[in-house]
Amino acid sequence: MFIQMEDELASMAAILGASWAGSKSMTVTSGPGFSLMQENIGLGAMMEVPCVIVDVQRGSPSTGLPTTVGQGDVMQARWGSHGDYEIIALAPNSPQECFNIMPQAFNLSEKYRVPTIVLMDECTSHMSEKVVIPKKKDIKLVDRKKPTGKKEKYLPYKAGKDMVPPMAIAGEGYNICTTGLTHNEKGYPDLSAECQDSLVRRLCDKIRFNTEDIIQIEGENVNDAEVIVVAYGTPSRSAKRAVALARDEGIKAGMLRLFTVWPFPEKQVRKLALQAKSFVVPEINYGQVVLEVDRCAAGNANVYSVPKMGGELHSPEEILNVIEKAAGEKTVKGGIQYA
Amino acid sequence: MPEHVAESHPIDKYLREDRLPHIWCPGCGAGEIVTAYVNALIEAEADIKKQAMVCGIGCVGRISGYLKMDSFHTTHGRPIPFATGLKLANPKLDVTVISGDGDLFAIGGNHFIHAARRNMDMLVICSNNYIYGMTGGQVGPTTPLGSTATTAPYGNIEHPFNLVKLAAASGAVYVARWTSINVRRLTASIVEAMGKKGFRFIEVLSPCPTVYGRRNKMPGTTDMPDFFKEHTVIKHGCDPAETDIKAGKDIVLGKFIDVDTEKESYTESIKKIMDKAMRK
Repeated sequence: MFIQMEDELASMAAILGASWAGSKSMTVTSGPGFSLMQENIGLGAMMEVPCVIVDVQRGSPSTGLPTTVGQGDVMQARWGSHGDYEIIALAPNSPQECFNIMPQAFNLSEKYRVPTIVLMDECTSHMSEKVVIPKKKDIKLVDRKKPTGKKEKYLPYKAGKDMVPPMAIAGEGYNICTTGLTHNEKGYPDLSAECQDSLVRRLCDKIRFNTEDIIQIEGENVNDAEVIVVAYGTPSRSAKRAVALARDEGIKAGMLRLFTVWPFPEKQVRKLALQAKSFVVPEINYGQVVLEVDRCAAGNANVYSVPKMGGELHSPEEILNVIEKAAGEKTVKGGIQYA
Repeated sequence: MPEHVAESHPIDKYLREDRLPHIWCPGCGAGEIVTAYVNALIEAEADIKKQAMVCGIGCVGRISGYLKMDSFHTTHGRPIPFATGLKLANPKLDVTVISGDGDLFAIGGNHFIHAARRNMDMLVICSNNYIYGMTGGQVGPTTPLGSTATTAPYGNIEHPFNLVKLAAASGAVYVARWTSINVRRLTASIVEAMGKKGFRFIEVLSPCPTVYGRRNKMPGTTDMPDFFKEHTVIKHGCDPAETDIKAGKDIVLGKFIDVDTEKESYTESIKKIMDKAMRK
């Protein structure tokens, strides 16, 4: 079922309602609409509502560049709504991945009861390539955990060890009580510091403690790499070419491609920072994921940002130039250098 | 227990008793709205399992949390689009939105007019107390001209919405206005509206002695109810354009719109279009 709502505030609210009625629901937008959705993305995180939001990033801020490429919404995807919460965000780089990513995004959102963001960019969204659509039976689908036991005893926010409470849906007689207010296991408002502490910890920890299950990354030639390009979305395609060109020149270059942008693959980057001399981070913004890379590098590697403000992709040569510069640097100074 | 205190109330089983006492001030009209709504459910012999209550933010936004049914306390201004999603995903649900004038007509005003325009299947009950109560008495979209508020200490200069006229103009198929003292008429109106499809709207003028009354020479808990008793007149079928709430003029109550034609509701329309698309 499809409905075109009056604005993105409404679209986001409507998919939360639809999810509570048992549907797998999603909405699609670009930059400014994503800003409007933040309010109810926060409600989705607080009420723990499975749903998927596709944000096709364009040049920004504000109305920016309709409709050419950008990746300026990465931090907004993570921190866009007020308060502490965790989110999952995936970044495809081809039409085939756009197809593959949707069941994965829904599966993650259902499993962890968390809004999941497909963080696309305009280039991939307007790309035409061959797409192989698998048979329906070959697409693995996960559904949210349903409550068991007596309906009268159902506690909508009582979680077990996995920190994800089973979810009843409207109309089944569970008398669901849910609110955006800080709430206890019954779903009743409880505005105590103790309740806030345990709730916010659980909302974050159910993602933080499951990063091994959630995070998908691809390494290419990273084992012996001295220079590692960290890329996501369409720039990862230019980066792949740049790494191949660098290898042709004898530079030990590799690529870490983030299929999952949030939660950030902190553990993996920390480990690579002890092995590689430097990271090169091409992204179509003035340095967002590079902040995370630098944080995780923790002074153990040089970090080079290759920013594009939006409107065009990096050429492989632009990235190659920075790889060459990084390879030529003999000392590890730490910190971010902007190309 | 003293003899004159009853052990239970007839509507107790529809309430989450472990959440009582409620947060509302003495003299607030929210209790009457809850009573009217629950009595309407009883009278209509409604299946509680199929009821979904969606509220926004504000004093009456807390109603959802006191009702023992599927209840959703959402964000400020967004109960209507949230309810839209619920209804579309499960058309068997009877979806009711209860919220305040600020929630539904200021921050959520756009959603109200568009849900009415679509004839989305839901009953919307607005508790209109002329003011933002929970946040401390700021001017709202229905504050009468000249009234005093914390953000209008010298009198409100903004023209208020006439909610009846707005709902009618936006396409609502059922529009009525009552006050919190007309509990029986309000209950009957809710029962009637529950039995209909499409977008139905009931405005309930509700006293707020603490925040509105105190600043507008009606500080006592009975002052605003007395005002309603003395200055309202029931005119069923009155032209919504004649129902503006103005100083020196009796407030018109009644049922103003009741479209019993073939106007298709949204869930009916979308089912048809989906059948067509699926070539059923």
